[in-house]
Amino acid sequence: MKRIVTTILSAATAIALAAPALAQEAVSLDQKVNAAFAKATGPFVGLIFAPLPGTNFPWIVLWLVVAATVFTLYFSFVQFRFFSHAIALVKGDYSDPNDAGEVSHFQALATALSGTVGLGNIAGVAVAVGIGGPGATFWMILAGLLGMASKFTECTLGVKYRNEYPDGTVSGGPMYYMSKGFNELGLPGGKILAVLFSIFCILGAFGGGNMFQANQAHAQISGIVGDYPGWITGILFAAIVFLVIVGGIKSIARVTEKIVPFMGLLYVGAALIILLVNYDKIGWAFGQIFAGAFTGLGVAGGMVGALIQGFKRAAFSNEAGVGSAAIAHSAVRTKEPITEGFVSLLEPLIDTVVICTMTALVITISGVQQVDPATGMFILTEDGGMIATEGGVQGVQLTSAAFGSAISWFPLVLAIAVVLFAFSTMISWSYYGLKAWTYLFGEGKTTELIFKLIFCVFVVIGAAANLGPVIDFSDAAIFSMAVVNVFALYFLMKIVRKELASYSSRLASGEIRKFSH
Amino acid sequence: MTAKLVVGVDGHSSGERALDFAAKLADKIGACELLVVYIIEWSPYSFQTPEENEKRHNRREEEIAVAKERIVEPAVAQLTKDGLSARGIVRHGNVADALNDVAAKENAEQIIVARSSERTLSQRIFGSSTANLVMEASVPVTVVG
Repeated sequence: MKRIVTTILSAATAIALAAPALAQEAVSLDQKVNAAFAKATGPFVGLIFAPLPGTNFPWIVLWLVVAATVFTLYFSFVQFRFFSHAIALVKGDYSDPNDAGEVSHFQALATALSGTVGLGNIAGVAVAVGIGGPGATFWMILAGLLGMASKFTECTLGVKYRNEYPDGTVSGGPMYYMSKGFNELGLPGGKILAVLFSIFCILGAFGGGNMFQANQAHAQISGIVGDYPGWITGILFAAIVFLVIVGGIKSIARVTEKIVPFMGLLYVGAALIILLVNYDKIGWAFGQIFAGAFTGLGVAGGMVGALIQGFKRAAFSNEAGVGSAAIAHSAVRTKEPITEGFVSLLEPLIDTVVICTMTALVITISGVQQVDPATGMFILTEDGGMIATEGGVQGVQLTSAAFGSAISWFPLVLAIAVVLFAFSTMISWSYYGLKAWTYLFGEGKTTELIFKLIFCVFVVIGAAANLGPVIDFSDAAIFSMAVVNVFALYFLMKIVRKELASYSSRLASGEIRKFSH
Repeated sequence: MTAKLVVGVDGHSSGERALDFAAKLADKIGACELLVVYIIEWSPYSFQTPEENEKRHNRREEEIAVAKERIVEPAVAQLTKDGLSARGIVRHGNVADALNDVAAKENAEQIIVARSSERTLSQRIFGSSTANLVMEASVPVTVVG
């Protein structure tokens, strides 16, 4: 085993050393690399995003929505029953003053949120509304509400089965609950699932959690200052990421972690202002959302088209069921693992139900999307895939145009926000990937350093090249995490139910009570 | 029954002044226990990276150890040497709130702190810990100049 690890590590080092050269060549060899990579990974990507027979509904989206529904029913709507309790936990009402100085529930929630709030909320929603119309919002909200139960399940398990080391640090996440939880239940295969999950998590960290972010950040920056080579952004970003994750320069991370929530608030604030100014249109916008949800209002695929887009973007945005949040929440020292579960169920609510809905409402109200005045139906683009917009904008530009139509300087703030969100998502995913990496190769300074160096190299590659197939592959990797994770959750959910029963009875009996502060 | 006096220290000269005053006061009272309290400024509402969260427990232990070793224990040792009864406490939290909490929990007679000589921007905006303590405290507060 040790031999294998050494071989893999030396191979990884070789990749890390060769990669800067690769990054430069990647620009000139872009096409070749794309083609070769697409050929190699195509079948895997195709499998993960394969549509259900006779539809264009990717089965993976159904997989996540069904899981969220099952968990919602299995825990009898835990997201609503314990909603106010979750708020009380975050406020610190149940925190023992003697534990002051440990990671608080609020901090755990904020850390996990900074990993999920980002491009998905700004660009992803625009894609959903761009293709599926306002009706997609309805399905997105529904998926977000159901996803709260998935997060609850995975985060409770993440804390319950994490590893605590003698030096006081902790490592947790799906790989740990898969191997330990399956062992406890006497089920075979936990270790295999854990290894599979870890591999997908590392790939997802390099791809969606890194290259995609670097790529989008570069697109935003070059959108403001004019076109310039991507590797410049890449090197700059890689240097900052290097300083944070390798150099331990926490001040940079701390500054970002402070600005990101501020940007999030600014974003929601701006959206609220736009909604307030157009308060007379809010009722109409919700009307559009409901009407569109069931009729499609002329979008491609009608109601089903709206539903697919809504579900898909909710899953992309809040990562419920993917397992990433379980890693983030495991770092919290709490006597009751389930309290982390309660806190985490707020994430899909904030991420999807609040922030994504704001984006969707602003786009709908802005009227950037073109409607045929005679029929009230949306006018589609020439290829029929999307709703036509003024200026032909889509994706993040659609959000930008919608905000810009009300607040002219906001696109600039939005661009800065996207870059910062991208950075904080990278920092979060570097941690998720690292945990999966150390699960496979063992904890240790050298193994950790190798992962971190490779991670930095991928930042440059991601920003430098327009590697479409690589992005597809990394998206597929993130969703493969969900395949493995949800599969394991079905077996382990009875453990969570036991925890829930025990906790609720102690809460009812007054054994668990608020501390007076 | 012995009276308890909470003395807030900060590792600076202002803390020394508070200690000196408290020692004199304790000497006059007689049966009296001095609680030397150091509060590590900490907020449950700050933002941290996942890695910081993971190492938080260790950092907390380190912070407490350092505060005890460098600030609280030397002060307690000095007071004990001077024939006074003294005990050290290190806590995390908001300085004003945490000092008041300690005083309430220990049934202390009063809190003794010194006026901080530093004037930072945040103090100008949010007020100093001392000022906040005076406004919020549930027991009498003596502010040493």
